[in-house]
Amino acid sequence: MASSKIDDPRVIEFDVRTDEMLINMGPQHPSTHGVLRLVLRTDGEVVSDVEPHIGYLHRCAEKIGENLTARQWVPYTDRMDYLAAMNMNLGWSLVIEKMLEYDLPERGRHLRVIISEMGRIASHLVAMGTYGLDLGSFTPFLYGFREREKILNLFEEACGARLTYSYLTPGGATADLPADWTGKCRQFLAEFKEVIPELHTLLTTNSIFVSRTAGIGVMSAKMAIDYGCTGPVLRGSGVYHDLRFHGEERYTEMYDGYVFDVICADPATGKYPESNYEFHGDSLDYPEIPRQAVLGDCWHRFYVRMLEVVQSVRLVEQAIEKYEATSGDWGTPIKLVQKLPVKEAYMETEAPRGQMGFYVVGNGESIPWRVRARSSSFCNLSVTAPLCQGILLADIPAIVGSLDVVMGEIDR
Amino acid sequence: MSDIPLVSELRLKFGEGIIDVNLEAIDEWVEVTPDVLVDVCQFLKEAEGFRFDMCNSITVVDYLHTDPKKAAKVDWEPHLEVVYHLSSIATKLTLVLKVKIPRWKNGVEGDLPTVPSVAGVWATADWHEREAYDLSGVNFLGHPNLKRILCPDDWEGYPLRKDYEMPLEYHGIRGR
Repeated sequence: MASSKIDDPRVIEFDVRTDEMLINMGPQHPSTHGVLRLVLRTDGEVVSDVEPHIGYLHRCAEKIGENLTARQWVPYTDRMDYLAAMNMNLGWSLVIEKMLEYDLPERGRHLRVIISEMGRIASHLVAMGTYGLDLGSFTPFLYGFREREKILNLFEEACGARLTYSYLTPGGATADLPADWTGKCRQFLAEFKEVIPELHTLLTTNSIFVSRTAGIGVMSAKMAIDYGCTGPVLRGSGVYHDLRFHGEERYTEMYDGYVFDVICADPATGKYPESNYEFHGDSLDYPEIPRQAVLGDCWHRFYVRMLEVVQSVRLVEQAIEKYEATSGDWGTPIKLVQKLPVKEAYMETEAPRGQMGFYVVGNGESIPWRVRARSSSFCNLSVTAPLCQGILLADIPAIVGSLDVVMGEIDR
Repeated sequence: MSDIPLVSELRLKFGEGIIDVNLEAIDEWVEVTPDVLVDVCQFLKEAEGFRFDMCNSITVVDYLHTDPKKAAKVDWEPHLEVVYHLSSIATKLTLVLKVKIPRWKNGVEGDLPTVPSVAGVWATADWHEREAYDLSGVNFLGHPNLKRILCPDDWEGYPLRKDYEMPLEYHGIRGR
């Protein structure tokens, strides 16, 4: 019989082979953190190639900067990384101050440490919460946002806004902190310290979370540097580099006299710095690193952020004391039409998502000739394509989420 | 924060390729010719004692006054400057590299000026060069995938050029 050959089950199996399929993920997919679109080439569950498409939030902020004065552009920096707007304001303020060779009074310096480290806590809380959300657990998101809300209340009291602050401006800040603000901030820190172990229980040591993230998306230190990854993504791969320690003098002197650790595992031993976080008078150890975790994987990137929150709490505690001990001016903002010299300056600061750089070229007028924002998330995202080759489809949200990108900053 | 040994070593190695050095600027910069750019970058990345292992930013500055009155007052001819901000995680040094190119290749409007791509030296240059191509209109020769990144693929013009005009309409959306 002629048909006997086709009835042979082996032949049928051979006939229904799977084809390569192009899958479009985003730009409205909830786990792509805004409007990121990924085009995946898949064979069944295995992803062979990923191509990120960005630009859905592009506003050409750099062109807008060529039409506004330095102080007028501050609100546009807010809208880049809108989850850490204070840190964006700081980066832009510092580069203008560098250009004008302006030195900030001491009180303003401590004020900036308080504000930018509080911004870092708020940003990392969102990173933690949404990462849980990406991996299918809703609770950490609520816990993270509950604490973040308290920080936003404090920020609102200081400057009137809850998301886009424009508080730190070239020259200092728009206003001093209100009376009794530091007291409220102290109270927040005391309450927040109690919550940190809870946050760790929710995700860091959660066995489902560990099996979704540990050993996934492993990035070597060499690869991280080559792709220009910075911030927690770089330190998660065991590279000891934090601009608060290693940056330009103008930036590191802001942290002069402060005691804190760079959160980064020693590549030789795989150990993180000792915990010096006190909880009800006892020193509380950081949760242990799970057996499955490999240096440079998604879990480590998450862990670095969680530990950085503790360091930021330490910094704010010190900064409040120093701020209260100094009196005088907090720094007057520069004039709205301050002329910029015929010079150019570039400066990077350690924003929560990595090194945020601003480049400004002046031509003797108050409107800069050219403004450039070097986005940390932009470089961090560029590593997705090589990182996502040959992995399972379900690991894509785990990897992209661990990079903690904000599209407003990537697309500018 | 580069130091003098670096400059003398670059001069010794590349001679005529190093056009100008400014150590008085806020961020010291070195201007090189497009021909030696890739070699200089490779050297900076590997040279012992410097090891510029990270390329922080690649950007293009357009020097053109659209107002003829202002153009008469300045001492430069219209040109583009490609600016490379480099830093080193190993040695914590920073350096700015500059390449000056004409606004259009051979002065023919619409013909993009060319610069060799450094994507082979630092992987991060891939996206940065795509962005520079997209917004400022510079053709990076040897780039593995030079296409628009922030603007849509069918966008016309290069928004960060000084003489750029926003289109009146894009797919039925009013531009200005």
